[in-house]
Amino acid sequence: MWYALKQESLCYLYAAGKGVVIMTADILEERKKSIISSDFCCHGDGGGISCEKASVSGSVSQRACVYCGARVVLNPITDACHIIHGPIGCSSYTWDIRGSLTSGSDLFRNSFSTDLKERDIIFGGTKILEAAIDEVVAKHDAKLIFVYATCIVGVIGDDIEAVCRAAEAKYNILVIPVKAPGFSGTKSQGYKLACDAIMKVIMPAFDGSKIPGSINILGDYNLSGEMWIMQGYFKRLGIKVNATITGDASLETLQTASKSVLNIVQCAGSSTYLAKRMEEEWGIPFIKVSFFGIEDTSNSLLRVAEALGDEAVMKKAEAITKTESAKLQGFLAKYNPKLAGKKAAIYVGGGFKAISLIRQFNELGIETVVVGTQTGQKEEYDIIRQLSTPGTIIMDDANPSELETFMKEKKADILVGGVKERPLAYKLGVAFCDHNHERKHALSGYEGVVNFIEEINLSINSPVWELLA
Amino acid sequence: MLDLTPKEITEREALRINPCKTCQPAGALYCALGVHKCMPHSHGSQGCVSYHRSVLSRHFKEPAIATTSSFSEGACVFGGGSNVKTAVKNIFDIYDPDIIACHTTCLSETIGDDLNTYIQQMDIPEGKLVVHCNTPSYVGSHVNGFFNMMAGFIEYLAEKSETCNGKIGIFPGFVNPGDIREMKRIAGLLKANYIMFPDTSGVMDAPITGRYEMYPKGGTKISEIRELGAARKIIALGEITEQEPCMVLKRKTGVDSDILPLPIGIANTDEYVMALARLTHAEVPYVLEEERGQIVDIMLDASAHLFGKKAAIYGDPDTVLGIASLVLEMGMVPKYLLTGTPMDSFNKKAAALLEKYGVADQCKVKANADLFELHQWIKNETVDVLIGTTYGKQIAKAEDIPLVRAGFPVLDRHAHSLQPIVGYKGALRLVEMILNAILDKQDRVCADEDLEMVL
Repeated sequence: MWYALKQESLCYLYAAGKGVVIMTADILEERKKSIISSDFCCHGDGGGISCEKASVSGSVSQRACVYCGARVVLNPITDACHIIHGPIGCSSYTWDIRGSLTSGSDLFRNSFSTDLKERDIIFGGTKILEAAIDEVVAKHDAKLIFVYATCIVGVIGDDIEAVCRAAEAKYNILVIPVKAPGFSGTKSQGYKLACDAIMKVIMPAFDGSKIPGSINILGDYNLSGEMWIMQGYFKRLGIKVNATITGDASLETLQTASKSVLNIVQCAGSSTYLAKRMEEEWGIPFIKVSFFGIEDTSNSLLRVAEALGDEAVMKKAEAITKTESAKLQGFLAKYNPKLAGKKAAIYVGGGFKAISLIRQFNELGIETVVVGTQTGQKEEYDIIRQLSTPGTIIMDDANPSELETFMKEKKADILVGGVKERPLAYKLGVAFCDHNHERKHALSGYEGVVNFIEEINLSINSPVWELLA
Repeated sequence: MLDLTPKEITEREALRINPCKTCQPAGALYCALGVHKCMPHSHGSQGCVSYHRSVLSRHFKEPAIATTSSFSEGACVFGGGSNVKTAVKNIFDIYDPDIIACHTTCLSETIGDDLNTYIQQMDIPEGKLVVHCNTPSYVGSHVNGFFNMMAGFIEYLAEKSETCNGKIGIFPGFVNPGDIREMKRIAGLLKANYIMFPDTSGVMDAPITGRYEMYPKGGTKISEIRELGAARKIIALGEITEQEPCMVLKRKTGVDSDILPLPIGIANTDEYVMALARLTHAEVPYVLEEERGQIVDIMLDASAHLFGKKAAIYGDPDTVLGIASLVLEMGMVPKYLLTGTPMDSFNKKAAALLEKYGVADQCKVKANADLFELHQWIKNETVDVLIGTTYGKQIAKAEDIPLVRAGFPVLDRHAHSLQPIVGYKGALRLVEMILNAILDKQDRVCADEDLEMVL
């Protein structure tokens, strides 16, 4: 059964038979079902955490919108023009913020928008969108254009599909509408729209041919070159990677996607839907992987090799995972005394990343005491519950005061989160690691383990904390 | 890398590339954070406020709180009235601010939500307040949002009074907490009894204590905003930003304003100091005279290196005008003055400034422009230094031009928001930054035989 927190300020709650006491500050009535304690949910008559819903009105939500979900997934396609159809804000806030690296075009690092004005709201914005597409094509030789409809376009009813169709016909390029008004759901809805848009990019190139033993990598955005790390492993294993979706992707590589025999999904939250669609369309099976932490990285490599069913590849995978894990033992031994026994709080976008982080902290002897996600799904929360030690607080769409309350109560030493959480953690005297858009070191693969541990050690054991007292 | 901008300039009518502005609500949110125990509230979808909070957190490296009405599709069809009413109830129940400052978004504006009516229908707890302003994202920029929120506070709170309370109101413009602290220090030195509104110092530059304060110590008090209606006069800094709030205050309470440029550079700071002195009748203290003398001394030293050097200055209109004034004082040429904010008054004021120094024919001025266009100008005729927001960084790298970061937003450096660019102290800091940027590049690229130990 789920465990509702009491309403009164700073009350003590006692759960009979479990002996667990949770102290909490004010929690909105509607928010109670979105906060649970791990030891109260592993049995009983169903229920579970309330998630996959819009934020409660009036909350200081850490969450983004449908548009944001679509934008972050498509943004790393390097030779695409991303035109934001709406007033300037939505374009401005998403201009080159993600840190996705490119080995090819830089086109995606520009911010294109229609910068709608009052008269466009009254008379409609399709004319200006048409003109914007004309100007982009004239200036930038674009082969692939995404047109995002933001809130207001959804309301004034611009027919962006018709505009995109006309532009495709006129220029013989791909112009793909992404109808992502912010109010039309949650960020996850935006992921789905992005996946549909990617399908529209791949579809025209489908010719039924296959490249034996080749794969696509889904749900990695090449932050700090993480896609390249994974590609490096597959190269060593002799596995050909066709499309990288969407980190360091281009129109050309995306259009090889239907030739793969296996999809591997790194960020499950954003890309499982795409994997399912590709399975339906072209019969490409998929497996979920995670390249965060030694255990998950090794398991993922072995599982990919196994899924491809190639004996030679499997042998190589075993050898590589053994060698790479062994190489890190000395490093781990060095840092273990500095980190073991610390307590971590996690607040990230998707549930799958949270799961990886819990495992990774376990490897380090760090106990995870608070876990929250913005868009986690029910089955992911179930896994989180099983992985967590009793008493761990699990939250969906947490706000700063809830994070503060539980980090303090559970005495977290470090918070793993994103841009809005960093200053909050520091204010509380809690160390911080950005595992989101602002990560500055690759955190995936064996290389990522080194970076991750060095970063959390740097933050937890920074000499500056000594000055705080 | 990062160099896709073609040199050839073609007229664009529809496409905005690499903007030099963001939308109104971000400015409104920042303004509301400058009121003590205030919760800024965004009446729109949940994503808007997440973006605004992110950009403010990235600039100030501080938590930036705000709530959202969290619109759904239903709210778009039936109006967001029930969302904002639920939101206000929840906010007072849980976060317990003294005041909630609502701003609208493009979405709630377009569906025609009337916040004024909603607020009147609300059940607001005793002693608590809800105010609002309209911030349609498709009009103006974040600068409009900032002054519209100021006007909103004034509209709701400032009280007309028969008797004058003797205080001077100071409107700081869209500046950093570090600037506001400097403005306050100068006002203090001139013995002014003042109300700073809004005041983000002590909020967006709060110290680390080991506790998270949702409402830090700083911020203009509600009682002070009320008292603005009985002030002797307002000194409003930012000739473009402050027109609207001053007009609203005058209409509502009859209080007059002196609207001055942002006190960036010597002449502009002099104006601020003299305006204060006229009102307080205090003698300008020696410490300020000394500071002025020091910076002029340094500018003289620096001008040997800076005279005739060309700068591209971009960002918010008042900030750009202020920095332009400072570089002109050193004999530099502000070759390009550009803002994304669509206001013709910027063009006029910039032209007048350039005319005054006799360099108008060498310079280009444009409001409602973007950084792609600036990049094209630079490709056609380059400059020695870029001065503006982080968003100029791609141009700086592509063209190998040193970048001095000033204005909003600066997302890739720390400590900048705690330091002033206003006042004599701020001028000193700007001069040092500009000089270092130019000389560092000179040292880096010059031939070995030209590398000088003493400059």
